[in-house]
Amino acid sequence: MMVNDAGRTHFLKVLKEGFRYDRRKIDEYRELTIIKGCSKTAEGSAEVKLGKTHVMAGVKFGLEAPFPDTPDEGILMVNVEESPVASPEFEVGPPSIEAIELARVVDRGLRESKLVDLKELCVKEGEKVWFISIDIVTINDDGNLLDACGLAALAALQDAKFPKVVDGEVDYHETTNKGLELKKIPIPVTIYKYGDHLLIDPTHDEEIVADARLTVTTVSSGDICALQKAGEGRITTQDVEKMVELSLKKGEELRKVLEKTK
Amino acid sequence: MSYDKRIDGRDFDELREMDASVGVIPRADGSAFFRMGGTSAYAAVYGPRQTYPKFLQNPAKGVLRCHYSMMPFSGAGDRVRPGPSRRAKEISMVTTNALLPVIDLKAFPNAIVDVFISLPQTDAGSRCAGICAAALALADAGIPMTDMVGAVAVGRVDDKIVMDLCYDEEAYKDGPVADIPVAMTHRTKEITLLQMDGEISKDMLAEALEKIKGAMDKIHEKQVSALKGKFEKVKAEEKPAKI
Amino acid sequence: MSEIKVKDKNIVVPGEELAEGMDFIPSGAAFRENEKIYANRIGLVQLEGRVVKVIPLAGKYNPERNDMVIGKVVDILMSGWRVDLLSSYDAVLNIRDAFDRYIKKGEDLTKFLQIGDWISAKITNVTSQKLVDLTTKGHNLGKLQPGRIMKISPYKVPRVIGKKGSMMKMIQRATDCKITVGQNGVIWISGHPEMEILAYDTIKKIDEEAHTSGLTERIKQMLEKETGKKLEDEGDQI
Repeated sequence: MMVNDAGRTHFLKVLKEGFRYDRRKIDEYRELTIIKGCSKTAEGSAEVKLGKTHVMAGVKFGLEAPFPDTPDEGILMVNVEESPVASPEFEVGPPSIEAIELARVVDRGLRESKLVDLKELCVKEGEKVWFISIDIVTINDDGNLLDACGLAALAALQDAKFPKVVDGEVDYHETTNKGLELKKIPIPVTIYKYGDHLLIDPTHDEEIVADARLTVTTVSSGDICALQKAGEGRITTQDVEKMVELSLKKGEELRKVLEKTK
Repeated sequence: MSYDKRIDGRDFDELREMDASVGVIPRADGSAFFRMGGTSAYAAVYGPRQTYPKFLQNPAKGVLRCHYSMMPFSGAGDRVRPGPSRRAKEISMVTTNALLPVIDLKAFPNAIVDVFISLPQTDAGSRCAGICAAALALADAGIPMTDMVGAVAVGRVDDKIVMDLCYDEEAYKDGPVADIPVAMTHRTKEITLLQMDGEISKDMLAEALEKIKGAMDKIHEKQVSALKGKFEKVKAEEKPAKI
Repeated sequence: MSEIKVKDKNIVVPGEELAEGMDFIPSGAAFRENEKIYANRIGLVQLEGRVVKVIPLAGKYNPERNDMVIGKVVDILMSGWRVDLLSSYDAVLNIRDAFDRYIKKGEDLTKFLQIGDWISAKITNVTSQKLVDLTTKGHNLGKLQPGRIMKISPYKVPRVIGKKGSMMKMIQRATDCKITVGQNGVIWISGHPEMEILAYDTIKKIDEEAHTSGLTERIKQMLEKETGKKLEDEGDQI
């Protein structure tokens, strides 16, 4: 996020009068579309359009040796590619620190909520476990990539079906009907701070003048399973309380949309 | 052996179902989506723009840079590890060379046009779908071009010339196979990309290169309809959720 | 054979044949190859006698001397500022072309213009290598107060301004916003936040529909509906 003084001054004035850069309220998400099964080569996939922000997530299953310290657990990995198709600021090359942060925050929400019991992914203890990779690729960046990526990862996991295993090897041409039974649906909601104002789901023009932001990942029981404060500015403890309240409320609304998506 | 019926039931000259649209990535200066059967590609154009370091630019004429990338979940089997493989680098280079002949580089000296191609799913013919999408995205961006470019893989399976091979045909084991991706300019039908994997006689090759012209016209029709369609009324989209 | 193959106001794509015969003259985004004339960009056909012109519908701004443009200061140089015109090429504003007041050598340039400031400027020179020089000396040029910045295609700017400025005057009257339109497609809007949004939406709509007919009427109706104001017809004296 660049600090852009002239842009910030103007947006603060707009917020003070009770507006933002489009006709939404400060706690209103843009039009949200979730489409599952958008990639036939992935074992599970979903694309999310949040306003003009557009991301796609794909799940691939593999059979690998487990990590030595968890011989009876499967492996879950989240990767985010800030593809240069999505923004003039994204470059070809290894993931930027922003892409790494995005991936790790989404990962934390999935992992800490224990939405998948990793022990259920064990095929042969010490030898073979399921390795589930969730790759999220940006297609258009118009702000708030994190929330879009979080939803895409969840929808792709909901869409995922195990491939057939023939003679101990994965046969990618055949799918089973067995999916991942997700025990929780952890939804990340990012709240952005501008001076004394908080809002959600900024467009790119709104996002680049934010002081700071806090991502709160919550599950339906009301528990928080991940937090991430980002940006160069500061937030107060009262801010955190308000942001958590808002995340719980919006997280529940987003969860309902996900549930309705086939 | 004789290849009498195509694995997916198509006629030998028949292309897979195509889908094309432009302006799909609003942040980009030009963009497109192109699908041929189970292979689909996004292309985004940024430029002409300045790039760093400056020595990559040419004060006499513009520079075109294409970059091809498969999304990690787009391969037929295992996950594709992110990062440029040798294959992806080669495809990036031949894609650039497939488009350069129609670009008016003198129109943007000291600047660079970047074309990024990203594929969500592939079923053979990925570099061709990428080139079709890239040509569309360049036109959408208003980059001066003397012609449009289309691409498709023609091939040989056993005794037959087939158009637009699918993955299963590329992997055909019961006889000789040749996979020939070709890119052509529309007006003059000149070749800007030509590669081949497999085995083929020179007569079959000549026949294949003739047959491809009809396929190129069909691709061109799809591209033109996507470009002009943008300026007609916006079509109805999937009903979005309101939070 | 001497023949025009397209009609006025057709939309054409790169490589599309427009005319055949040596009596025709290509103009705009059109070129001659042997006997035929083709389009080299996506654009709108404009036929005027023997001139076959294509007005581009896409493409970045091509800097031209005397154009008024809006840009953002992105760097402070030894003798001035580098300005981003949101096009293919950057521009430079030299100190001597910036202010009427004399600036001493070594004076802190950030007192005048900082990185991130938006300015309206006039292009004084464009070299063959596309190096662009600016001046902010002149009426209504210089640093812009904080406002809403938007970007449209430079080819739609004439439509946004309108004949004798009529479209822009209508938008300003409806929204009570101050609006400055740069030839490079960058536009500065300042007014009440809700009206800024209306101005933004209106200009975006013109950007998307500039090639259609009946646009002025649709825009007038949209503005009247949103503001409840009655707007005079284009062409009326103000």
